[in-house]
Amino acid sequence: MYEELKAIVGEEFVSKEPEELYIYSSDPGTMPPVKPDYVVMPKTTEEVQKIVLLANKHKVPVVPMGGALSLSGLVRPLRGGIVVDMKRMDRIIEVNEKARYAVIEAGVSEGRLKAYLDKKYPSLRISTPDAPPIATVTANALIHGSGRLSQIYGFHSEMITGMEVVLPTGEICRVGSCSVSPYWFSRSPLPDLAGLFIGWFGRTGIVTKLGIKLFPKHRYRDVMIFVTENPSYVSDVIWRVAHTEMAEDITVWAQPRPEWAEGFQHTTIYVTADSEEELEFKKKIIRNALMDYIKQKEGGFLYLTPGMKAMFLQEPMSQLVRFADVRRGGGFEYVGAILPVDLFDVAYQKGLEIVERLGIDWAFSIRIIGRSHCMMFAYAYPFNRADEEDVERARKALHETNKAVLEMGGIPWKAEAPAQQLILESMDEGAKRLIKSVIEMLDPNGVMNPGNWEVK
Amino acid sequence: MLEKVNYAEIVHRCFRCGYCKFPSDYSEINCPSYAKYRFETYFSGGRMWLIRAWMNNEIEWSEHLGEIMYSCSTCRNCVEHCVFKFNEQLVDVFIAARSDMVERGLVPKKVGEFFNNLAKFGNPWGYAAKRLEWVGRDYANNEFLLHAGCVAAYDDRAKKSLKALLELLDVAGVDYGVFSDEICEGNEAVIMGEFGLFEQLMEQNRKRFEERGVKKVLTPDPHAFNAFRNYYGLDVVHHTQLLWNLVNDGELKVGKVEGKLTYHDPCFLGRWNGVYKEPRKLLSRIGSFYEMPRNRKDSFCCGGGSGNFYTDYLGGKDSPARMRVKEAAETAEILVTSCPVCLMMLDNAVSDEGLELDVRDISEVVLEALKS
Ligand SMILES: Cc1cc2nc3c(=O)[nH]c(=O)nc-3n(C[C@H](O)[C@H](O)[C@H](O)COP(=O)(O)OP(=O)(O)OC[C@H]3O[C@@H](n4cnc5c(N)ncnc54)[C@H](O)[C@@H]3O)c2cc1C
Ligand code: SF4
Ligand code: SF4
Repeated sequence: MYEELKAIVGEEFVSKEPEELYIYSSDPGTMPPVKPDYVVMPKTTEEVQKIVLLANKHKVPVVPMGGALSLSGLVRPLRGGIVVDMKRMDRIIEVNEKARYAVIEAGVSEGRLKAYLDKKYPSLRISTPDAPPIATVTANALIHGSGRLSQIYGFHSEMITGMEVVLPTGEICRVGSCSVSPYWFSRSPLPDLAGLFIGWFGRTGIVTKLGIKLFPKHRYRDVMIFVTENPSYVSDVIWRVAHTEMAEDITVWAQPRPEWAEGFQHTTIYVTADSEEELEFKKKIIRNALMDYIKQKEGGFLYLTPGMKAMFLQEPMSQLVRFADVRRGGGFEYVGAILPVDLFDVAYQKGLEIVERLGIDWAFSIRIIGRSHCMMFAYAYPFNRADEEDVERARKALHETNKAVLEMGGIPWKAEAPAQQLILESMDEGAKRLIKSVIEMLDPNGVMNPGNWEVK
Repeated sequence: MLEKVNYAEIVHRCFRCGYCKFPSDYSEINCPSYAKYRFETYFSGGRMWLIRAWMNNEIEWSEHLGEIMYSCSTCRNCVEHCVFKFNEQLVDVFIAARSDMVERGLVPKKVGEFFNNLAKFGNPWGYAAKRLEWVGRDYANNEFLLHAGCVAAYDDRAKKSLKALLELLDVAGVDYGVFSDEICEGNEAVIMGEFGLFEQLMEQNRKRFEERGVKKVLTPDPHAFNAFRNYYGLDVVHHTQLLWNLVNDGELKVGKVEGKLTYHDPCFLGRWNGVYKEPRKLLSRIGSFYEMPRNRKDSFCCGGGSGNFYTDYLGGKDSPARMRVKEAAETAEILVTSCPVCLMMLDNAVSDEGLELDVRDISEVVLEALKS
């Protein structure tokens, strides 16, 4: 098989050396390593197709991988096989400025697409997630990621306008307007086949090209932080700010360090505009919306130094990743709970109860998705990867949080394989049968990233 | 002298987040070895995790592991862009790990050859000694000892640039001499983890310097500049600095050169030693100067550092040097650098790519400006 893979991608882009197998057996999170048999790096859709056909011939699993940064072990080959690192497929194929979309290959990183637009199309932007910039736009959208424009436009999966997919059986197929037209403008008005590949963790095919929506980029940006000391106020604060439709992005963070932050909830509100006047106007409307809290001394805006502003305005916010150094041990993982905003207080209290009980370091980081339609509530736990007990503590906290989230009525996002099983336990029987049938229909040989969404 | 860091205390702190793969604007892959190989093993984070795995006996040393370790050109892009507090120590970790491997006799074949030649002949190729005899200007209590470095002493292309520098020094009346039997200063030895060999070379050089009364060193080689400045603790100037002073003080009366100029920052001059301004001032004085998208702290390495100009782990059709000359060709007609290693790597890459790009050392363009 090694020889066959070499013939497909070229000798320098396939490996079965212990070094590559070691690195590709894990991601930076807590999930235990699982070794692949091979790692390959295709350059074209045709090469991906040949790899998938080969996998079918040998009945060996194939696992697509982007930046390996989802942290929940999703790119570990749970049943061994071939890890397909997509990042050599890094062409930005087209930017349609007027229809505001880009067509990219699956390995294009968030960082590169952002830099490309900044340089060539300064009036356009993507909804950048705060993930490290090597994360791929495609994987992020496929796992229902969210980012700087999600409060206005929703999950990144909702920004997908079309895709080219290599199905588990090796056929190449297009979905969205590009299946009919040369333009990749929309998934409507066709049967929405994109749903067969979104949220499946590569279980139903390898996406090789993606159409993604771009949005207007405004000249002025600013950030305001509204501080409360009572978590039961936060969902209302969010509701009020979202209601103004003046904010671009709304996030909330709470953490025990630095000391001045302990016990407070920080609602971070991003505002953009095309003139200073417009910016001031928007900020005023937002301030007015929160005036009751200010008058009753139940909340207020934090003074931000230019340095702090610059940090919050950076896209992606690189400071976030430094949470992995809290225990000087290069690790953190989070449960990203998708929940109604209304449940903020419950979710917050439950999180505190878990961290206090387990005596674990923590940070909560929340992004509003839609006009307070829901939120991604991240319960993040750092760990020292050189200390197995510490890693185990984080694993336990993650597991307990996943369970608690489901009990609250939420759903863990980008769930680890065990958490997927927890979700399936709570899932409607009809939905489960459908998931099973879809997988069996698309992947008769069971080669596409098996072990994910496994309905038993 | 370079402190050997205790990497056991650092390697597990790498999150493998990949910020270090990029320049500041994330526009391109900026780690030269990752840009060529594209496996996650070949960037800073991959190396940190592999060193840890090797240290914990999770993987054994192999020729392949050795190649991964030595395909790092120690360009310090990762040091510049890692967002963690240990960023300053990243390259020191790689050097220390290499050194531990060397101590156990674990080096890939080509690296072994490099060390053997350096130990036996004072240069990586095993060429004969008396490498600067042709200069015909032996050091005799001059203001500067001109130290060419291995590549400028032996590589034909780099030798030409050295000749241009000598001509400029003569015109400006700079008082310098060379050691016709110059030996390597050992920068690559220490960076490649052969601390013992480096100590030996440093001792030999120091002894000669003391015996012959050398006080100041002038070098066109940023690698040598680094070793003399940071490990020997000597008074050393790089030729870009001296040339800028000579031009600025009117000792060299320069005109203009034709064609658009751009500048490739050598890693050992820029990111290692912070010399960015002088070459730019010089080039702006003598011609139309344009920056490549990746410049200064974001410069993209030519792939020659850390012995790679000899071992060639970063060679081939996807080599960083080839990527770099394509970027230069989109910016200018003349690609200027100020390092013999970069000059050799980039000049070869231009031939391999068949580009209409002129690659020159800064002394060559200054000489042209002087004659114009
Ligand atoms: C500090 C930090 C901050 C973060 N902030 C955010 C944030 O603000 N918003 C956010 O959304 N996420 C965030 N994340 C989570 C995560 O990093 C991102 O969602 C990231 O975009 C995932 O992309 P990836 O390329 O790393 O995916 P991977 O982890 O490589 O892959 C994710 C899943 O997609 C599958 N897959 C990959 N490529 C394909 C393909 N071509 N076809 C089919 N399936 C494929 C994989 O098999 C896997 O199941 C953050 C992470 C960190 C570490
Ligand atoms: S070296 Fe720094 S930037 Fe690079 S992966 Fe490790 S932690 Fe991230
Ligand atoms: S020093 Fe340069 S080549 Fe080495 S890992 Fe860092 S960025 Fe890559």
